[in-house]
Amino acid sequence: MAQTLAEQIISRAAGRPVRAGENAVVAIDLVMMHDSISPSIIKVLHSELGAERVFDPERVAVVIDHVAPAATIQNAEHQANLRRWVRQQGIRHFFDVGRGISHPVLVEEGLARPGMVIVGSDSHSTGYGTVGAFGTGMGTTDIALALATGRTWLRVPETVRVQAHGHMRPGVSAKDLGLKVAREIGADGATYQSVEWHGLDELSLGERMTLATLSIEVGGKAGIVVPTGAAIEAHMAQHGYQMPEWLRVEARATYSRVVEIDLSVLEPQISVPHQVDTVVDLSALGRVEVDVVYLGTCTNGHHEHMAAAARLMKGRKIAPGVRMIVVPTSSEALLRATEDGTLATLIAAGAAIGTPGCGACIGRHMGVLAPGETCLFTGNRNFRGRMGSPEAQIYLGSPEVAAATALAGYIAHPAELV
Amino acid sequence: MARVWMFGAHVNTDQIVPGRYAPYMLKDEAALRNYPFVEARPEFAAMVQPGDLLVAGPNFGCGSSREYAPLALKMVEVGAIIAPLFARIFYRNALNLGIPCFEADLTSVLHDGQQVETHLNEGVIVANGQTIQLPPPPAFLREVWAAGGIVPYYKQHGRFPGQAG
Repeated sequence: MAQTLAEQIISRAAGRPVRAGENAVVAIDLVMMHDSISPSIIKVLHSELGAERVFDPERVAVVIDHVAPAATIQNAEHQANLRRWVRQQGIRHFFDVGRGISHPVLVEEGLARPGMVIVGSDSHSTGYGTVGAFGTGMGTTDIALALATGRTWLRVPETVRVQAHGHMRPGVSAKDLGLKVAREIGADGATYQSVEWHGLDELSLGERMTLATLSIEVGGKAGIVVPTGAAIEAHMAQHGYQMPEWLRVEARATYSRVVEIDLSVLEPQISVPHQVDTVVDLSALGRVEVDVVYLGTCTNGHHEHMAAAARLMKGRKIAPGVRMIVVPTSSEALLRATEDGTLATLIAAGAAIGTPGCGACIGRHMGVLAPGETCLFTGNRNFRGRMGSPEAQIYLGSPEVAAATALAGYIAHPAELV
Repeated sequence: MARVWMFGAHVNTDQIVPGRYAPYMLKDEAALRNYPFVEARPEFAAMVQPGDLLVAGPNFGCGSSREYAPLALKMVEVGAIIAPLFARIFYRNALNLGIPCFEADLTSVLHDGQQVETHLNEGVIVANGQTIQLPPPPAFLREVWAAGGIVPYYKQHGRFPGQAG
């Protein structure tokens, strides 16, 4: 019986063939936890479940990314406790302040791999679908149980197949495809389901992560970009592993829905306040002046995203009265941007650079918004109050649109720069 | 009697508890009980009574995986949440914490501020003398609720719901 990628991965992890709709208890390949939820996870693990040790320290990754570096004494104390706990538990895969956001870091480190089941204490854990893993976000209690037992229960999801055709025009990128899909199927269009992204072999890893992380914004339980193409081959070669032979797209797999997108006519998409799925073509937006352009997050803070912005901003200055904040997704992205001159271009244009991590995406530090301010954000959520004041306006767009907007002072099409 | 608190569609977890009010950011974690809907509905935390009902449109709890969103609702002892569709992480978190969630659309049947009688174990609400039968959650979810959440369930049974013993 032909299976979707999610069905294949869960079947292996459950030790029996499963189909969409049934419940399964699965062995977990990797558990990710980050600083923000770690105090409550550790409390449930030890105090409520009575477990002294995590099930396997080699299968646990801990990342300090949500408030990195610490903004308050409370954060600093929680982070100090977390470092101590990591040592006590013998967890080697620990990534401290500055290494970056959990999802890109676990991919870069070669910890997240095709065919794995990965659960993380963060909704954007769908991001492990960048390399063909079944990544899914869970809350405190589920993660504590996963740490104690190495297992979790899942309802095997149906799958929405996104089928891309053709090639994107210059100035258009994966973010536009992700927002277009949100526009087509809505914020609950894939609730309880997996999203499989097809026809995108030419995408880089960073662009794959844009789509994998945006999958939760349509309700996806997982978001798997079909793991074929040059970027995946190069990544596997770099880390010295191969694609599991059992993981492959099966032509007769059953999908709950197929969403066809013609990339050749796709325009830059903008998500307007305060829902991710309220999306318009940039050409239909009208003039929206901005106070802040924020380029970063697990969705769009990768090296190629900073480089795309730098290509458009080279030799130019951001508009007076606009601030541009760039927060690289990881130290690897930052290092590459340093080495190839991307960072110098952005700084010369007037951008401020932050420590790799989640930054202002959760409205806690490093660029929160004032009442009445408007931000063009390359992240994944424009919920009211997400980045600070509930009276601020957040528009979501691509890195290319972010660059054009920073230069123009209003939300602008990259083509306006030429 | 329970009061109905009516909400719209796509209520996200940033509306339920903004990230700035996470226990991670608070000096006193117990203060979380003051923050459900702190910005979206500032009067809620002070006025909500144990057993009150949240009635909402589709995709309730979308967004972040933060369990402190349903935890804040549990701290003020919300009786149940009724929405035609829940975001999956929120649904799991609520289940794990033992908060009953019923999948039904009552947004055009009930109104905000209405006082209703609830018999949640039977999935029954009585409003204006009219009895509303809520669709029962799947059996294994009812088992978890009956145990008081997934942690007591796991400790009692030594396995996950649906796992061979």
